[in-house]
Amino acid sequence: MDKPLIKRRDLTAHPPPLYPEYRSSLLRAPAHARLHYAPTETEMAGPTFGHTPLGAQDDDLIVNYAAAGEAALGPRILVHGVLRDEDGRPLPGKLIEVWQANAGGRYRHKKDGYLAPLDPNFGGCGRCITGADGTYAFRTVQPGPYPWPNGGNDWRPAHIHFSVFGDGFAQRLITQMYFEGDPHIAFCPIVQSIPGAAAIDTLVARLDMERSVPMDLRAYRFDITLRGREATYFENQTAGT
Amino acid sequence: MTESSSQTAGPYVHIGCVPSFAGLRGMYGGQDLGAAMITGEVAGQKMVFSGAGYDGAGAPVTDALIEIWQAAPDGTYAPDGFTSWGRQPTDADTGHFRFETLKPGAVGQQAPHILIWIVARGIGLGLTTRAYFPDEDNSGDAIFALAGDRAQTLVAAATQEGYHLDIHLQGQQETVFFDV
Repeated sequence: MDKPLIKRRDLTAHPPPLYPEYRSSLLRAPAHARLHYAPTETEMAGPTFGHTPLGAQDDDLIVNYAAAGEAALGPRILVHGVLRDEDGRPLPGKLIEVWQANAGGRYRHKKDGYLAPLDPNFGGCGRCITGADGTYAFRTVQPGPYPWPNGGNDWRPAHIHFSVFGDGFAQRLITQMYFEGDPHIAFCPIVQSIPGAAAIDTLVARLDMERSVPMDLRAYRFDITLRGREATYFENQTAGT
Repeated sequence: MTESSSQTAGPYVHIGCVPSFAGLRGMYGGQDLGAAMITGEVAGQKMVFSGAGYDGAGAPVTDALIEIWQAAPDGTYAPDGFTSWGRQPTDADTGHFRFETLKPGAVGQQAPHILIWIVARGIGLGLTTRAYFPDEDNSGDAIFALAGDRAQTLVAAATQEGYHLDIHLQGQQETVFFDV
C-alpha cells in the first residue's frame, strides 16, 4: 500500500557534524556532506515493536533495577508526553527507550569513574511503547548534573537520553531531554551545538503540576516530534529515483 | 511542528539500548533487543555481516551502537521468521560489530543492500550509510550511483562467514553517509 513519502529532514535544525567546542566531534565528524536521496522502500519501512512483550517494570526506573522492596535514591519524577510527527499526527505503538545517570550524576557504566557513588538500586534504563493516542510515560529519579572531559570545566545539564522509533527507519531519532530552568543548558556545548534557541527549547521538559502526584512525585512533560509526510505519494516501483 | 533536534547518543548509549551487554544484569529479562534477527525458518543464505568503525585518526570506535535494517532474501521487509532489524554494540577493544543475519535480496529496482545507522559519542545526528555486496550487480542501483567515485566505500568484502564492511567516519577512506 502506498503512503506519503517521509518528509526531507531539515539538517539545519540539528547539530552540525563538526562542532569543535564539543571535542569528541573533532575526529568523528565526516568531512564530506551527507548525500541526499528521497526515502526508498527501505527507509519508508522500519521495525515495529507494538507487540513486543515488555516487562511490567520496564517503564519504572525507580524500581526496575532495585532489590525487592527497595527503590532508587533521588527526586521521584514522572516523565510523560506525546510522540507525534511534524503534521501533528500521534504515533501509536512506537518504542521509546531512555537512559540516564543516577541522582548523583553517575552512570552505571565501567567507563564512568565520577566521584558520585553508584546507587545499588538504580540501573538507569527504561522503555515503553506509546499508546493509541501517542502518549508515553515512565517513572524515574531526576538525574544529577555531572562533569565530563571536554578540555575544561565542563558540566552536563541534568538530562535523560531518548531513543525513538517511527514508522519508517528514516524517522529514527536519538536525542536528550533537559529540565526547565537548568542553568547548565546555556553553557553546554552539546546542547548549544543545536542551531537556534527555538530548536533547543523543544528539548526542555516543563514542570507539569497537573500530573504531579501529591506526596509522591512531580511530573515533567516532554513531547517528541518525528519527521512528517510529504504531500506526494510514495511509489514502490520508482524507489531510489 | 518541526522534528525534535537530535543529540548525541553519548558514551553510555549501551546502557539504554543494549543493557545486558553494558552489564546491567537481568535487565529486560537479560535479552538485548535486536540481538536475534532470524526468529524462524526462512529460505535463503545465512551469513555474518560484520564490520568495524574507525575515527579520523584510525582509532577504533569502541563505544558506538550500530543498527541495521535490511530486506529478507526475497526482497521483503520483516516477513515471518526474520526481523530485518538488528542492533549491536561495537566491541570495547576492537570497534568491531557482528550480525548473524540473512543475505538480503534485491528490493524493487535496488541492488541488495543493508541500511546502517551509527550513533555514538561525538556524533550529533546519527550517521546513515549502506552496505552493498561485491558479488552482486550494483550498476543499476540509483543510490549506489549517487555515491559516484566514492561508492567503493559502500562495498562489503567477502569473508569466510559472510561479509565485512569497514566504516571510516573521517579521513582518506571516509565512508559515504546519506541524508535520507
